[in-house]
Amino acid sequence: MEKKQVIWVIIEQVQGKTAAVSLEVLGKACQLAAEAANAQVVAVALGSAIGPLAQQLPKHGADKVFLVDDPRLELYQNDTYSSVLRRLIERERPDVVLIGASASGEELAPTLAAQLGTGLAAHCTNLRLAADGTLTMLVPAFGGQVIGEIFCPVQRPQMATIKPGVFSPVGLAERTGEIVQEDGASLLYDAEIRLRATRLVVEEPPGMPIEQADVIVAGGWGIGSRENWRLLEELAKEFNGAVGCTRPALDQGWTGGEHTMIGSSGKTVRPKLYLGAGISGAAHHMVGIKDSGVIISVNRDKTAPIFQFSDYCVAADFRDVLPELLAQIRRAKH
Amino acid sequence: MKGLNISVLVKPVPDPGCYESIQIDPQTGILVREGLPNILNPADKHALEAALQLVEQHSGRVVMVSMAPPNALETVKEGLAMGADEAWLLSDRAFAGADTLATSRVLAAGIKKLGLCDLVLAGSESADGGTAHVPSQVGEILGISHLTNVTWLNIDTDANVRARMKMENGYIEVEGALPMVIGVSRGMNVPRYTSLPGILAAQDKPVKVLGLNNLGLDPGSVGLAGSPTQPGKLSRPELKRQGERLEGEPAELAKRIVAIMRSSGVLS
Ligand SMILES: Cc1cc2nc3c(=O)[nH]c(=O)nc-3n(C[C@H](O)[C@H](O)[C@H](O)COP(=O)(O)OP(=O)(O)OC[C@H]3O[C@@H](n4cnc5c(N)ncnc54)[C@H](O)[C@@H]3O)c2cc1C
Ligand SMILES: Nc1ncnc2c1ncn2[C@@H]1O[C@H](COP(=O)(O)O)[C@@H](O)[C@H]1O
Repeated sequence: MEKKQVIWVIIEQVQGKTAAVSLEVLGKACQLAAEAANAQVVAVALGSAIGPLAQQLPKHGADKVFLVDDPRLELYQNDTYSSVLRRLIERERPDVVLIGASASGEELAPTLAAQLGTGLAAHCTNLRLAADGTLTMLVPAFGGQVIGEIFCPVQRPQMATIKPGVFSPVGLAERTGEIVQEDGASLLYDAEIRLRATRLVVEEPPGMPIEQADVIVAGGWGIGSRENWRLLEELAKEFNGAVGCTRPALDQGWTGGEHTMIGSSGKTVRPKLYLGAGISGAAHHMVGIKDSGVIISVNRDKTAPIFQFSDYCVAADFRDVLPELLAQIRRAKH
Repeated sequence: MKGLNISVLVKPVPDPGCYESIQIDPQTGILVREGLPNILNPADKHALEAALQLVEQHSGRVVMVSMAPPNALETVKEGLAMGADEAWLLSDRAFAGADTLATSRVLAAGIKKLGLCDLVLAGSESADGGTAHVPSQVGEILGISHLTNVTWLNIDTDANVRARMKMENGYIEVEGALPMVIGVSRGMNVPRYTSLPGILAAQDKPVKVLGLNNLGLDPGSVGLAGSPTQPGKLSRPELKRQGERLEGEPAELAKRIVAIMRSSGVLS
């Protein structure tokens, strides 16, 4: 019989709340464990006073939880977090380590991989685990135009990061798991701390988070002005939906901000319905919406690439179609 | 602190505007990227801009360091025209096929060879690979502090660093001291344009090309051989959908869209 594979998921918490991406990755780890038939899923949580958070992790798929509770770990900082994790990894020798590609995960993962001298695949769109323990990591390149397989044949652990929104969490209300409380003092020495995280400033954006919206109305460069952008906001409001954007629209300052940008360097979303206007359809943007339910696009250029990636194509000026659409929706609702 | 010696890591990448034309050869399974024009990785211009501003403030020198094939020299020179003082191109057949860790070993060796370096600036991610690994990995290999996704940076005359690192909804403020590697996020600044005098001045600036032996690296630690990750097959993501064309006057088009919204359950 093959050796039991051990899959670790590093849990990110902000102000004592588990980051959604960590639960999504934990969900994927459960699926990998089932694929490999003989695997264990371990969640590793670092922070200060995060006992209650750790208790919840078995319900999201962890067979076992390592909990490192230490006041020095209250805020993320790469020196402290990587020291603790490196020592744990060297002691426990997991086969696979998965990390959410949030802003901090994107820094923590390469830091750890360099310390361990092992391989790391970035922003995986999918993962497969064979019974012999080989992890196939699928990574996008050239803004998502190309997907390549990556392997880490010799070094261990095999490491991967996954962006928010790519996988789905699991809920196993009945499940319990072992919680192992680790001693922070033996995993982190004050002398190795060179950076000091002094404060966290949270700027919770107003409105429906784009990754939770059933309807996304997205606009691009073709919208042309802040004035016109209001039309998208009015439309989204009718559905309690969200407005998304492309990078050029963000750079123009018309949009709600960076958290509304969709694509390879922005959000991955999967609404029931996506309506895009004034967007050409660059892979950079389209990879972020590919799992959406219905895709409708409005572009005045009949040959716009976005039409190849849409269910319904409207070759027209959005200034003609969208006001009419808004009026009809309002009539339909009242 | 007597002036800042800054290295800026710059990577020539195929122009992101041309990624649509990238093909996979159906016979060999290899990427066909011939003829794609190279540009300086967009994020790296933000790193270079940050370096130039710091040197304007503190005085000092900016040297670009790049690992790329010899033909990338022309692209790297764009950075000299923007205002960098010198460029080092690390180029050797042995470097080919490197993953981010093997790339970072070469870049770190280049920075060490440069000697005295207070600050290393990099873009937070490259447009082609886009891993965002290199800044942190170069920092680890050099054994100095590092931060990435930095949107705001302040360095005082005692070499103290204060930085804001972007988080999902907000930022973390971090303090540390030089030497440090910092990955610069696009939000930090707006890169300057190259001016004609800049382009002319660039012609006289020193450019050095160094290989494996100059850097004293072990061939087993670089390139494909030194990479813990190995590539497998390439494919194209399945993005295509059966685009049904809706035709008619705006009122007719809107009516069709309302019907689609109803049938997909988002409108009752
Ligand atoms: C490293 C890197 C990362 C990137 N990451 C992202 C990312 O995550 N997300 C992202 O979106 N982009 C990203 N980009 C940018 C991306 O490459 C494209 O440039 C961008 O997606 C194009 O945006 P757009 O469709 O709004 O603009 P354009 O390509 O300029 O298209 C505008 C469209 O509007 C149409 N139009 C104009 N007027 C009207 C009208 N009146 N009515 C109807 N249609 C009209 C035009 O026909 C055109 O098709 C990235 C680029 C780089 C280099
Ligand atoms: N081959 C290279 N030569 C010089 N700098 C590089 C190279 N690869 C990556 N970098 C730097 O590291 C940053 C992040 O790149 P990446 O990790 O590839 O996303 C880039 O913006 C560059 O500043």
